[in-house]
Amino acid sequence: MSAEVGPLEAALRARRSRGGKALVPYLTGGLGDWQGALAAAADAGADAVEVGIPFSDPVIDGPVIQQANDRALAAGATPLGVLDSVGRLDIGVPLAVMTYYNIAFRFGLERFASVLADQGVAAAILPDLPLEEAGPWTEAADAAGVETVLLATPTASDERLGRICARTRGFVYGVGLLGVTGVRDELAASAVVMAERLKQMTDLPVLVGVGVGTPEQAEEVCRVADGAVVGSAVVRRMLDDGGPMAVGELVGRFRRALD
Amino acid sequence: MVIMAEPVGGRFGDFGGRFVPETLVPACEELEAAFCSAWADQEFRGELNRLLADYAGRPSPLTECHRLSEELGLRLLLKREDLNHTGSHKINNVLGQALLAVRMGKTRLVAETGAGQHGVATATAAALLGLDCVVYMGEFDMERQALNVFRMQLLGAEVRAAVSGSRTLKDAINEAMRDWVATMESSHYCLGSVMGPHPYPWMVRELHRVIGDEAREQCRRLLGKDPDVVTACVGGGSNAIGIFSGFVDGDAELVGVEPAGGAAIGRGVPGVVHGSKSFLMQDEHGQVLEAESISAGLDYPGIGPEHSHLAAIGRATYESVTDDEVVAAFELMSRAEGIIPALEPAHALAWVSRAREKLAGRAVLLNLSGRGDKDVDQMMGRLKPDSGSDGDDGPMG
Repeated sequence: MSAEVGPLEAALRARRSRGGKALVPYLTGGLGDWQGALAAAADAGADAVEVGIPFSDPVIDGPVIQQANDRALAAGATPLGVLDSVGRLDIGVPLAVMTYYNIAFRFGLERFASVLADQGVAAAILPDLPLEEAGPWTEAADAAGVETVLLATPTASDERLGRICARTRGFVYGVGLLGVTGVRDELAASAVVMAERLKQMTDLPVLVGVGVGTPEQAEEVCRVADGAVVGSAVVRRMLDDGGPMAVGELVGRFRRALD
Repeated sequence: MVIMAEPVGGRFGDFGGRFVPETLVPACEELEAAFCSAWADQEFRGELNRLLADYAGRPSPLTECHRLSEELGLRLLLKREDLNHTGSHKINNVLGQALLAVRMGKTRLVAETGAGQHGVATATAAALLGLDCVVYMGEFDMERQALNVFRMQLLGAEVRAAVSGSRTLKDAINEAMRDWVATMESSHYCLGSVMGPHPYPWMVRELHRVIGDEAREQCRRLLGKDPDVVTACVGGGSNAIGIFSGFVDGDAELVGVEPAGGAAIGRGVPGVVHGSKSFLMQDEHGQVLEAESISAGLDYPGIGPEHSHLAAIGRATYESVTDDEVVAAFELMSRAEGIIPALEPAHALAWVSRAREKLAGRAVLLNLSGRGDKDVDQMMGRLKPDSGSDGDDGPMG
């Protein structure tokens, strides 16, 4: 069982205990005025924010986040650069870093975990690091006090979901559909089913992401889930050069839909 | 035939594993269980062996190159995977995986391709077994291997361009994995090399070990012993693992040959991409570098994890050759033996040619993994019509 509650889990539990639904936007680090967008997302009512460290081969991401990765890398984004900037921000809500395992592996797992902790990052999400391979990383992350959020997907058996819920920290990230990140016209039926299965299994906050692209879809999934992660819709605003204001406006619309 | 055990946890020493998005873990587990059951099932093995013989044309011959041997001062033997149906070794793996897909109740094959050889083989197997087929190919590779694109389309496959990154093999793999994440319930990902998440590196090796098993018997008949050196080109490394697997428990020296612009072992450090831990060309931040090679089939910044293991324990060595050396070898084999090799195995000959002094008098087995028809157009653009006819440096100069 998890020992003490980390800042990410605490923030999400606080929202739930007030009868609310948690909102966690994702945005790509190194893309445009991403620091401004982070602050705008927090001001608009995000409970926590996920920052992506761009990677050359984002296999679980759809076209929008791929493009954001490519653009950020072309602009010279590096893992340390993104983390340094994060450390200088104070947006008042917990931050989670999302990146692919090779970034952490190349850094050195212990060093990556301690840099996250030093920069005030609460949590890490490594979507290509499944339970069976996660041991070396979670050991380093636990030691540094970084919460490792694991993904749970519709393809997992109940037995597997149970193991994921036991090992995840911060929250359990329910993947809403079979597929890569991106906005769809409708919320997949699997998103609600995913939330129901997880809610029956754990007291941890259950957030659903991937395929949650509109305030209406977020509201729909949050009839069951404790919150939603919204990525591509936010990143789309950044790619369209909307700037922090456009990101804040969109996050605000999600916030109002959930309240 | 020696059946090597399934690697525990998909690990070859420090390398391998199953680093995939959570969605794909059950798909990999299902595949592993299905392959274990099929591989132990004599009926499945019999069906595959019948297809390999009656459809693909196995066993492939062993050819002794008398003129090239004399020119190079060694004894050169070719394992003729170029004579298989569809023109390369790729058909061995694909027939096995396509039969497995049918056994698992899948109706659609997804594949990536670099030079197009694996894509053509997959499209062929799909046509043979009545499966739908989608092949992802880098946009840049579609230009330089246009003939194979049309060939896949003729076979009824849909070819989709991978337009991100370097627009080559690595990007095609990303797209194929993204497709599989969304379609795993109906689709089998027919991965074309000894890479990716467990069970692929092991399964694909087992499906290609027929190359090494045949070659060992053929060499023993011809030489009365194993060859002194076994060499093959390495991108992901499937043809090399296939032939190495017949000799890895013996004394033959094993040499993999990488393109200088895609030398995962020569220029890489351990990393994790496309499902396994292996040597990888990457920058200091962990971003995967774009490979650059004349050969679309070897244009890959990574390498299969078992090769990383063989290199780490010193059982195999890995050399790299330049595009210019490859072109010279391509011409050399064409004129000296009447065999136009694919650019990929021309890498192995380029190394043999360079290392001829060290190899003097020794028996060298080279896996001729594919034929050069697909490369003729590209080479026509590179070589002047009178190229090679003005010197006396070649055997037919």
